[in-house]
Amino acid sequence: MSQIIKGKVFVVGDNIDTDQIIPAQYLTLVPTIKEEYKKLGSYAFAGLPDSYKKFIKDGEMETEYPIIIAGNNFGCGSSREHAPISLGAAGTQVVIAQSFARIFFRNSIATGEIYPIDIETRLVDDLKTGDMVSVDIDKCILKTEEKEYTLGDLGDAKTVIENGGLFGHARKTGMI
Amino acid sequence: MGMTITEKILAKASGQQQVSPGENIWVKTNILLTHDVCGPGTIGIFKREFGEDAKVFDKDKVVIIPDHYIYTKDLASHRNVDTLRDFVKEQGITNFYDPGTESYAGVCHVALPQHGHVRPGEVIFGTDSHTCSHGALGAFSTGIGNTDAGFIMGTGTLLIKVPASMKFIFNNTLPNYCMAKDIILTIINDIGVDGATYRAMEFAGNAITALSVEERMTICNMAIEAGGKNGIIEPDQKTIEYVKTKSPDKEFECFTSDKDAEYFAIKEYDASAIEPIVALPHSPDNGKKASECSDWKLDRAYIGSCTGGKITDFIRAAEVLDGNKVTIDTFIVPATREVEKGFYTEEVNGKKLIEIFKESGCIDPAPPSCAACLGGPVDTFGRINNSEICISTTNRNFIGRMGSKSGKVILASPLTVAASAITGRITDPREIIG
Ligand code: SF4
Repeated sequence: MSQIIKGKVFVVGDNIDTDQIIPAQYLTLVPTIKEEYKKLGSYAFAGLPDSYKKFIKDGEMETEYPIIIAGNNFGCGSSREHAPISLGAAGTQVVIAQSFARIFFRNSIATGEIYPIDIETRLVDDLKTGDMVSVDIDKCILKTEEKEYTLGDLGDAKTVIENGGLFGHARKTGMI
Repeated sequence: MGMTITEKILAKASGQQQVSPGENIWVKTNILLTHDVCGPGTIGIFKREFGEDAKVFDKDKVVIIPDHYIYTKDLASHRNVDTLRDFVKEQGITNFYDPGTESYAGVCHVALPQHGHVRPGEVIFGTDSHTCSHGALGAFSTGIGNTDAGFIMGTGTLLIKVPASMKFIFNNTLPNYCMAKDIILTIINDIGVDGATYRAMEFAGNAITALSVEERMTICNMAIEAGGKNGIIEPDQKTIEYVKTKSPDKEFECFTSDKDAEYFAIKEYDASAIEPIVALPHSPDNGKKASECSDWKLDRAYIGSCTGGKITDFIRAAEVLDGNKVTIDTFIVPATREVEKGFYTEEVNGKKLIEIFKESGCIDPAPPSCAACLGGPVDTFGRINNSEICISTTNRNFIGRMGSKSGKVILASPLTVAASAITGRITDPREIIG
């Protein structure tokens, strides 16, 4: 993953649960099987209400939005790792939310699929889907054309993601 | 300094005298639970990381209970159960509850304690967010993802952060027209779906100790719906008796919280003032008194799941249904085989439960599984395939949770669901049972 992520944002509200991120009917796909991983990605956010723009264009496998902006409690609900994986497989690199549900946060780090970064500002009110931003993971800054926002610091968790998730990290640090 | 029950269990599992909230510790696992949805992925990670010939950390401590997508024609679902079967054979795993055989159990969180895999003072991890249920027996129990589970499969340990504890005290007598479900929905309505994120939720007070072990499970089961890491109740004589009948030969240690333990927050409630509550669409914290929602017309009722599909849930529902007729489609799904057997042995007013369900016009019960609790493949029993409004004893009412995105789910206790099945609108059980 690159340390500066540039691209369009996809903006969602509060309490986006794992059923909206990846509906239960797609859980039969096994993420460790390569083709099924890709397919999981193509269903990312398939459970969002129809009032949202399409996260993935019809007929495509990946999203045009590498950055997701969310409100409070992103990823609440089930422990399914399919949730951060589907977002990662779709090409998302970072989710910036006011707060995360615990298991989703943990799964994002353990899989190394996406950076789950928190922010105090309610970005959901300032940005709209399609806006261009750049996110500097190391410096904890999000820039739009007009403004700069300070992001929360991932701390130790950043190293885990950079090492490729829990296993990569455990090996690098001699835990296994 | 004093410790909470959660801290004491984690201290023991990490081999330390004392642990404090925020600390990252390696803990030993007593039980790793997985099922058909997350098992194949966990196995995939285990093999990828530890090698094709790797062995699980302990063949008696990995418990595999397929339950989600069992009664479906969906091919991928069958393939996933086959993956589990192959793995069990290859590893010699001793606790596997295989669909289509005598050993099939049903919903993992009801089956796990029923089959003697839950004991006070132990550490349980499961690849399912409702693994928090098992804190009802005084264990530390929480849900994890496949990667963490794959790690445990190989090492038997996991690095976790000690959660700060929140205590919820319920004193006085819970009215007969309320159930444990009303207690937990009241808490979630009070603190919100992220009110306990990262925290241990400890439930105490004489109204909690008065509850049966199964009712306590309902409360801990939904700790995750407030964002909690684990739910927990101090073990008492009832717990010990329950555990001893299920696993007579195993030893265990009971922990309780110290008087001077530190809590992130303590909340006290008067149990006698609790009223039947429903969570309206689309969030478990969207609570409202059932009596104030009688203008909500319903299309169906659903009694089942790890939250509301235990035998005590069906006994209470049958008390309401007996002598009445349902006016909407009413789906009955026992959580496990053991619960299903209870339909033919347990009685209310001198009648077997199964007779009461039949006489009152419920749809014939489905075999035990998660069924429509999480939607699942389109041919799943009770799945919402259009824009139906369903009142349910399950735990989540997110958009699309029971199937179609245009459906609506209302959460309630088995008493309230049964009463509403009779009238066809949200109904406070007092209207029916007086
Ligand atoms: S019954 Fe529902 S909540 Fe419980 S394990 Fe099954 S799908 Fe999950």
